[in-house]
Amino acid sequence: MGKTMSTNNNKTAGESGFQFEYDPAPESTDMVNIKKQNKLFINGKWMAGKSGKFFDTINPANGEKLAELTEANTEDVDRAVKAARKAFNGAWSELSPKQRGRYIYRIARIIQERSRELAVLETMDNGKPIKESRDFDIPQVAAHFFYYAGWADKLDYLFNGKSVSPIGVAGQIIPWNFPLLMAAWKIAPALAAGNCVVLKPAETTSLTALLLGEIIEEAGLPPGTVNIITGAGATGAALVNHPDVDKIAFTGSTEVGKIIARSTVNSAKKLTLELGGKSAHIVYEDAALDQAVESVVSGIYFNQGHVCCAGSRLLVEESIADLFVHKLKRRMASLRVGDPLDKNTDIGAINSPGELEKIKGLIADAIADGIEYFEPESTVLPQKGYYIKPSFFNNVASSATICRREIFGPVLAIQTFRTPEEAIRKANDTPYGLAAGIWSEKGSKIHSTAQALKAGVIWANTYNKFDPASPFGGYNESGWGREGGRHGLLSYVEVK
Amino acid sequence: MAGLNGTNTHVAKTIKLYIGGAFPRTESGRSFPVYTAESKKLYAHLCRASRKDARNAVAAAKSAINGWSSRSAYNRGQILYRMAEMLEGKRSEFVDTFVETLGYSQDEADNAVDEGIDAFVYYAGFADKYQQVIGAVNPVSGPHHNFTTPEPVGVVAMLGSDKFHFGQLISRIASIVCSGNTLVLLLAEKGAAILAPLAEVFATSDLPGGVINLLTGFLDELYIHMASHMEVDSICCEFTEGEITAKVKEEAVHNLKRVVVTPRIEPGLQSVLDFVELKTVWHPVGF
Repeated sequence: MGKTMSTNNNKTAGESGFQFEYDPAPESTDMVNIKKQNKLFINGKWMAGKSGKFFDTINPANGEKLAELTEANTEDVDRAVKAARKAFNGAWSELSPKQRGRYIYRIARIIQERSRELAVLETMDNGKPIKESRDFDIPQVAAHFFYYAGWADKLDYLFNGKSVSPIGVAGQIIPWNFPLLMAAWKIAPALAAGNCVVLKPAETTSLTALLLGEIIEEAGLPPGTVNIITGAGATGAALVNHPDVDKIAFTGSTEVGKIIARSTVNSAKKLTLELGGKSAHIVYEDAALDQAVESVVSGIYFNQGHVCCAGSRLLVEESIADLFVHKLKRRMASLRVGDPLDKNTDIGAINSPGELEKIKGLIADAIADGIEYFEPESTVLPQKGYYIKPSFFNNVASSATICRREIFGPVLAIQTFRTPEEAIRKANDTPYGLAAGIWSEKGSKIHSTAQALKAGVIWANTYNKFDPASPFGGYNESGWGREGGRHGLLSYVEVK
Repeated sequence: MAGLNGTNTHVAKTIKLYIGGAFPRTESGRSFPVYTAESKKLYAHLCRASRKDARNAVAAAKSAINGWSSRSAYNRGQILYRMAEMLEGKRSEFVDTFVETLGYSQDEADNAVDEGIDAFVYYAGFADKYQQVIGAVNPVSGPHHNFTTPEPVGVVAMLGSDKFHFGQLISRIASIVCSGNTLVLLLAEKGAAILAPLAEVFATSDLPGGVINLLTGFLDELYIHMASHMEVDSICCEFTEGEITAKVKEEAVHNLKRVVVTPRIEPGLQSVLDFVELKTVWHPVGF
């Protein structure tokens, strides 16, 4: 289909035959001041870890070390939980709901004021394109704090006919794909409901969470209300297993989510989980095709595909499949993979060498199985750093690993269908149930499909939209509970 | 057969399981005796349901889910109300069973039936209201219509020890099916004699077969299999021991079943919320 693609590296030839050349447009890093060694934020102070151990955090765009982070051990976790308990039994709970709200509003405002710094730091630590951290992550972070700040003095309206109270100390463990945004999703509703928090960011992306600690300090919250500790799985496990934690909120893989669920069965801890997905993007033959192509592209390649709700399975109606795949190839050839700090970059760096190897392994296995593979030949990857081309597999069987397992990278699996029933059956044929997309110009078809899909978030004629007011979370093995909106607050209260 | 200690001319009822709208005996051919509370005479041989019976019941519940959840909420409410009517009509049989097998006084038995009737009527009225109470239209930034609606979680398994409280048991059953879920309920040991009249309430209320399935037998023998079954979406422990509850939670992790464990609760919104998923739909607004 179309012309043979150019195999030279001059970045000028896509499948469509023409592509603009772009000069580099790197964002400045002047705003960012990274400490060489970072401490833990416990009880309102920056404290050294008890173990004296540190680990490196790197910039995935070039593999260079950014800073050293403290490895918090069991003792540090205990100090953080004790500080949170003390704040919960004292200063934070003694504030009026109105005053608690004021503090959360302050956090939102300081985030807006320091947005450039936060965006650049997020991109350096995570590898996501600056246009995404600048235009999506950080504005959403501020919006989340702003939204939940207003709930703090309106909790009487949260649950019809009942009063609510905070749960206590929440241990929160978050992933590396949207580092600061996930911190906001966790901290903002917890504080609004009157809880105190111990947050553990992911070990590869802790820098913006630590900067949030500074912002919380600037906002003047009572010491211990929010504690931020760095470390890897062992630190997270110590937090999950701490006897004085009342609630665990985890975002991450289904595999780790199940380990956490098992480790809390003998306790009274409350648990919410936002886990993996293998979300289907259904395109009917009566869809607005060019818009649908854009949506499928952003659905899977946004944030390098490191999105739990990524539209990683495309279900396209058989009658338009060839045309759609042709359009998709052409669009993919114009995606720019490269320096995340470059304002023109569409796809940045994969967050860590381990993740990159995992994605490459799954791709190699599927190619070895003889599944039809495509990646745009004209895409040029930088020499240094962890990068991969956007790709898809076509005519994938439902039983194939790439159709069942969450890849968490820029890899799409394409299947076809002939009837709405078949589309729905295939879409629901997964243990997950996080999200789904539907493209059709027919309203009744959109609604009937949306009703039949077993997923917590349905994007109809759009994809990957998020808002603090909109509940997010999955069915089945995609997790327990919702985050966002009024429903997200229910995870942080006891109903009396 | 129930009431064997009656006179010779009394025709006693054979108590069987209730699966997929039919009344099969256990495929295992096993039974266990239940004795009257007072005289310790044989009351009936109840079916000792097997793992295969439990799997059959889950299969029946699974195949009923699409039909039941796509009934109109009004229709589900009417069917629940019909259950209240049927329970009222069988009051004396329920009272006799409570008195004979559980040793309730006449008043206690009458109160239990009253509470059961109240629960059916209460949730009959909730079937077409909880959506408005807990759903939402969300004010997102940007040109999108965004709304959140509750949906049934799917197939619910419920484990009831013989320490059950009838009003709460009916509350749970009614709150589970009012939102479109289907149910497999295991009633354990001597408490299970109540299954006979209860199954007849469901069988005569225009409830589609498979929506509610009732098993009698031993909790110890079956709970692990119900908690680990991959087609059960949620599991509810009613008055089970702490050790069993912890094991249920652990087995439930296989497919991340929603586990609902509550002490005594009053009928209310929370009981409906325990068995729904929230779905949020986005659609652009524009020309």
